[in-house]
Amino acid sequence: MSEISFIFDDNIYKGQQGEPMAAALLRSGLLTITNSTYHGRPRGVVGLGVEEPNALVQLVSGTQESMRPATVIEMAEGLAARSLTGIGALPELPDEARYDKANRYVDTLVIGAGVAGLKAADEALRAGHEVLLIDDQPGPGGHLRHLGMELPSPLKDILVHKNLTYIPRCTATGLYDQNYIVAVERRSDHLGDAAPLNRARIRVWHIRADRVVLAPGAFQRPLIFANNDRPGIMLSHAAATYVALHGVRIFKRAVVVTVDNQGYRDALRLHQAGVHVHAIYDVRPDAQGASVDAAKAAGIPVRLRTTVLDTTANAEAALQSVILRDLNTNEIVETTADLLAVSGGWTPIVDLATHIGIKPTWSAKHAAFLVNHAINQLQTAGMLAGDFGGDDDPAVFFGPALDDEQARNAYIDLQRDATLHELRRAVGAGLHSIEHIKRYTTIGTAHDQGKTSGMLTIGALCQLNATAQGGNSVLSPADVGTLSFRPPYVPVPFAALAGRERGPLSDPIRITPIHPWHVEAGAVFEDVGQWKRPWYFPKQGESMDDAVRRECVAAREGVAVMDASTLGKIDIQGQDAGVFLDRIYTNMFSTLPEGQCRYGLMCKADGIAFDDGVATRLGKNHYLMTTTTGGAAGVLAWLEEWLQTEWPELKVYCTSVTEHISTIALVGPKSRQLLQELVTNVDLSKEAFPFMHSRMATIDGTTVRIARISFSGELAFEINVDWSDARSIWERLWSLGRPYDLTAYGTETMHVLRAEKGYVIMGQDTDGTQTPHDLNMSWIVSKKKEFIGKRSLQLPYLQQAGRPQLVGLLPEQGDEVLPEGAYITALDAKPDEQGKTNHTGFVTSSYYSPTLGHAFALALIANGLNRMGEVVAVPIGKKGLRATICDAVFIDKENLRRD
Amino acid sequence: MLYIPCPHCGLRNETEFHYGAEAGVAYPDPNALADSDWAKYLHIRANPKGWLAERWVHFAGCGRWFNLWRNTVTHEIGPAYLPFTEQPKSPGNIGQEGQKV
Repeated sequence: MSEISFIFDDNIYKGQQGEPMAAALLRSGLLTITNSTYHGRPRGVVGLGVEEPNALVQLVSGTQESMRPATVIEMAEGLAARSLTGIGALPELPDEARYDKANRYVDTLVIGAGVAGLKAADEALRAGHEVLLIDDQPGPGGHLRHLGMELPSPLKDILVHKNLTYIPRCTATGLYDQNYIVAVERRSDHLGDAAPLNRARIRVWHIRADRVVLAPGAFQRPLIFANNDRPGIMLSHAAATYVALHGVRIFKRAVVVTVDNQGYRDALRLHQAGVHVHAIYDVRPDAQGASVDAAKAAGIPVRLRTTVLDTTANAEAALQSVILRDLNTNEIVETTADLLAVSGGWTPIVDLATHIGIKPTWSAKHAAFLVNHAINQLQTAGMLAGDFGGDDDPAVFFGPALDDEQARNAYIDLQRDATLHELRRAVGAGLHSIEHIKRYTTIGTAHDQGKTSGMLTIGALCQLNATAQGGNSVLSPADVGTLSFRPPYVPVPFAALAGRERGPLSDPIRITPIHPWHVEAGAVFEDVGQWKRPWYFPKQGESMDDAVRRECVAAREGVAVMDASTLGKIDIQGQDAGVFLDRIYTNMFSTLPEGQCRYGLMCKADGIAFDDGVATRLGKNHYLMTTTTGGAAGVLAWLEEWLQTEWPELKVYCTSVTEHISTIALVGPKSRQLLQELVTNVDLSKEAFPFMHSRMATIDGTTVRIARISFSGELAFEINVDWSDARSIWERLWSLGRPYDLTAYGTETMHVLRAEKGYVIMGQDTDGTQTPHDLNMSWIVSKKKEFIGKRSLQLPYLQQAGRPQLVGLLPEQGDEVLPEGAYITALDAKPDEQGKTNHTGFVTSSYYSPTLGHAFALALIANGLNRMGEVVAVPIGKKGLRATICDAVFIDKENLRRD
Repeated sequence: MLYIPCPHCGLRNETEFHYGAEAGVAYPDPNALADSDWAKYLHIRANPKGWLAERWVHFAGCGRWFNLWRNTVTHEIGPAYLPFTEQPKSPGNIGQEGQKV
């Protein structure tokens, strides 16, 4: 170990490399670290590790982690921190550190590298297992480390066994079903400035183990008494360790209060390190064992049946004296002390076991909840299994009887400043369940998640219940409840969970083969699922509205082109393909002639429309289905589900070809003329190539499939081409497009054009409750054949009057684009006595139409198809807009333009 | 994180699968059912406490549907089996609706 300096609250202190920051702070005389969160009371170090409820700091060096207990921060060169009052602040700079993840499969995972864990690892190695041993401490040994003792050599040897991997500083944060464990390894903070830049700061391990051994050890617990939160009051094992192991020399006179023999062992360590131990006050009527004998032999006075009641503070708010009560005589004595070392018994760390629903069982002998049964290849060892070692015979005792005034300052959860008084109030309010009391009092909800306060709460409830029942005997904690915890066991930085999946790597980005052209053309993109789609193509100085109007006019009056490659495409082949599609779509596909296309709508079995698109029959047993861009994966899964689980007799094979075939939509009255310049082997005239037909053609020697499909109502051609050839076909269109003033358009213009024709977009104009009839698409529902959803369409509730139906909406003020999602009310609707007005529908799509010269909208309105011409209100804030219900088709009702 | 034995791919993490509710509910002849029975087919599935045969699909692997015994209380996993094959015996007592555990 070497001496280093560190900064705490702007002062420079000295410490030893690798020791806990709490030790260095105490050795420097910093008894008070911070003030408590809600009551502002001075607080100091209480514990030894992650159970610490008080000594929180914010790091201002390195990645500036916003909240960590000083008891777990390893000292390193360059460390700087400041004290926290329970509420951390996020650093202003982004976290640039590296985080990663790793998966591991092992025969046996041992959690905890104390003596019990090492023994379990040894056994597993002897059985020929591959073993992973993880532990949250910097080194192996568990409590032996706190005692400054070396590992005995047989256990030390297994750490270098070829079948064992030992990972220190690795905390198991969650235990999940079938032995799945998430663990968080801190890999570089302890190196401080010397940490290699490219080392992942934290690694999140995902471990699946055939067998798991939980050997996590235990936390010492405090007691509930008045003013039990003063700096100078510590857990006895922590106090003895800081003094004896870390050379903390600030305590002159200690009082030890105990319920077990641990207090005697800690008193002896304090005594041997030079602290004057005034006396050990033991709540038990009798104390036996080697630990007791050793303390007595050292000359430490022992008072039985006596415990702490209250404390007083000096001018610095630190401990000045301890007030004790003899439980036999009720005599009160007061004695000065600058250290009150409390041993309230051990609480084995049941956290992980309870993550998967194991209920710990109460053992009066151990005064603790234990987990000592094995299920599903999950075993426990060490203190968690009840192996406390030593000669302990703890009393089941959580604190003395306190009056109301004392209870107000008797803290159960130091971090939440929650007292015995509040617990009593919760019980007085009629709360019985520990889960309800936790939420009422906030006990156990701070960063430490009740590691020390959980058991105290159960203990206090035992005493309250016993008092309420008029008895003197303390109820068993088993009668009150049990400890249960949720992952994570310790706070985990979000950055660690995100790993490297941040920024551009947070989600895959899908782009079309023509994407680079769009970027060069200055397109503004929108995210559609994982796809980047051009939203609109602004020219110099154009607003979005300007660009969309220009693009719409080009499509309606000239020629415009869109990259529609993201369209979901499913190749469907097999001798039963036609039969299959007849069942999937509401309309017929088996009768579709080869080389023709048909628009289809599909419903779920409940009769609700869920996706649509055009399918083309490419051959006798071969169809190409298109789906919405966002729905492609879901539709394929849906098709597979029916084929695999209901109709295995159908010979049909579905393959996603979304990224095999690129689609270019050429739209507008001049589209035929432009395309004919490129295509010489197919006559594009309306007589030779009718609407909804598909033809193979050649462009510059490249084979393409052209289809007369229109999503705008205009004359339009869809050019389908191999993904890798799409860019060159696109460029070729542009090389001839200048004289036509060819215009690229994006999704916004596509939406305006389709809405002008009343074409539905699933998920935008539907909310997952519309039947085809609700969408005014009864024409697509076959009466001749069975299809998925048909039976449901006969159900009364899908036929009843008043269902929302898709209609058009004309705003009264022509330039007022109604907000999408806006509620619609009847014109004469009045608020009821609660001030609520019933709505009659809502706006689903809303745009300005340059072709119409005014705004228009689509809407779902109750019984809307029978309310044509009715004027409705669209209340927006204080503004009351009006609109007229109309047909959803705004342009070319006769479908004359598409030819 | 359940560890699920895909009949085709072996043991894989739960995140590779999608859940498909109770197994063995065949698609009925829609026209043979009264409205209420049809609605029952659509919306009612067993959700007992205890062992239940369920449908799962290995969507991030082989893409195949299969059936699996699972204990809805303890999350123990029982045998998996393919659709249209004989159902293996339940590993324990079959769960009951509304049963107290």
